[in-house]
Amino acid sequence: MISDAPVLQRSSEPAESAAAPSRLSRYARPVLGLLLPLTLALGWELVVWLGWSNGRLVPPPSRIFTTITDLTHSGELVRHIAATLWRVGLGFAFGVIAGTLLGAISGYWSLARRLLDPTVQALRAIPSLAWVPLFILWLGIFETSKIALIAVGVFFPVYLGVMGAILSVDRKIVEVGRVFRLSGFGMIRRILLPAVLPAYVVSLRVGLGLGWMFVVAAELIGASEGLGYLLLDGQQLGKPAQILAAIVTFAILGKLTDWLIEIAAAPFLRWQDAFGQAKGA
Amino acid sequence: MLALDRVSKTYPNGVEALARFSAEIRVGEIIAIIGGSGCGKSTLLRAIAGLDRASSGTVTLDHEAISSPHAKIGIIFQEPRLLPWLSVADNIGFGLADLPAISRREKVARALERVGLTEKAQAWPRELSGGQAQRVAIARALVPQPEVLLLDEPFSALDAFTRRDLQDHLLDLWADTRPTLILVTHDVDEAVVLADRVLVMRPRPGRLFDQIEINLGRPRDRNSPLFENFKRSVLTSLDRSLDRNVPDRDATQGPGHAMWW
Repeated sequence: MISDAPVLQRSSEPAESAAAPSRLSRYARPVLGLLLPLTLALGWELVVWLGWSNGRLVPPPSRIFTTITDLTHSGELVRHIAATLWRVGLGFAFGVIAGTLLGAISGYWSLARRLLDPTVQALRAIPSLAWVPLFILWLGIFETSKIALIAVGVFFPVYLGVMGAILSVDRKIVEVGRVFRLSGFGMIRRILLPAVLPAYVVSLRVGLGLGWMFVVAAELIGASEGLGYLLLDGQQLGKPAQILAAIVTFAILGKLTDWLIEIAAAPFLRWQDAFGQAKGA
Repeated sequence: MLALDRVSKTYPNGVEALARFSAEIRVGEIIAIIGGSGCGKSTLLRAIAGLDRASSGTVTLDHEAISSPHAKIGIIFQEPRLLPWLSVADNIGFGLADLPAISRREKVARALERVGLTEKAQAWPRELSGGQAQRVAIARALVPQPEVLLLDEPFSALDAFTRRDLQDHLLDLWADTRPTLILVTHDVDEAVVLADRVLVMRPRPGRLFDQIEINLGRPRDRNSPLFENFKRSVLTSLDRSLDRNVPDRDATQGPGHAMWW
């Protein structure tokens, strides 16, 4: 801690003096990143517009956009989004609760870790999709099996994240808590929780990503609504624009929910990236 | 008074880190513990702090046995060990959680002023330099007004200039409430600048070898010939402590024998 502080300080000075170009690159960088996809999209649009391709299998962006607006106007898109969000939300909630509880228990209590962790790790080695037939047999074809599958997907990264974070809490910081005679509860609230939080947020985001992955799998298996159903429907009826519309929606929703976690956690993690911001302010 | 009575520590792997260490330390006294590596000085300090239990022997503060961290005993480690998620002010107030917010804020503000970091009150620890961070650690340890403050090589990770600065600063802060200071160090200069009494330990197993009273007024002039003489006698004692041919009896000759005259 001591040794790297001066290094950090030194490295901040060039950043400060280079404030003007960095402000420019703050806007330039996303634009640069958009350059390739935008060019490709516009190019394809042009190719179809010029009649060089009929764009039936690979619809141009305008047709995807029209599909999305059509689906929105008919109210179908909202219905599918709601169904998918509901599944992801519930599955994520169950996965997070189970992962957090078990992860915390095995992180905090080494006997529980010895009892529990080998089993969890063994289960983790099973590709989660392998559970699908069993879940359908046990829980039926409807919502329960889908939510269970999503929850399983979310569970493992959260469990690993929480356990790993607790295990890697700096012993020296814990000792500070001991010196100030914190009780078990005080130690958890004032030392362990804040120390674990950054890794926990990361594990939640990884978990959410897997949740989105598994909702597609779950909805492909058999559903009458949901974005995954939209995908399957588009494939069966030969409507690539609908498939791409669903994919775009997935991308937007995935990014949006990830961003929500980031925003919600930001006030608690200010101390982490405060360094760059404090210099700019 | 802090009394150490035949404090011994043997680790489960059989290493005898500390053997029958006894000393009596007066209230407000500044003690420097110095010795070669593996002489058990950190082990001793951790036993006094109540962080590690001694295998045998007792540590008592005003006749109260110490076996776990005690409200009247503070400790400063080699690293600042600030909590990265708390602001500088909240780090300093960490040990004052039982106090009402107003008096806590007042004490923290006074401590910040005392260590000259008022304008850093809302900064995060990672924005501080090494010396600033260690000053926050000192403030955090002193703010609950401990009767005994333990320091485990507190300045060894700092550059020479900052180290001197903080040594003077520590004495300045010490004068406010005059707690007992016990400082583990391997820096002879530091020991002679700060301490009323230097305890020299020798390794394998860690035990007391010699004590040297530093009869110098404060502030001490690091360049005075008298200061140099005390440094030399501590160094000589340190050398003898590492010489296996020198028997242990030195310590029993009583304090002061190694003085320069």
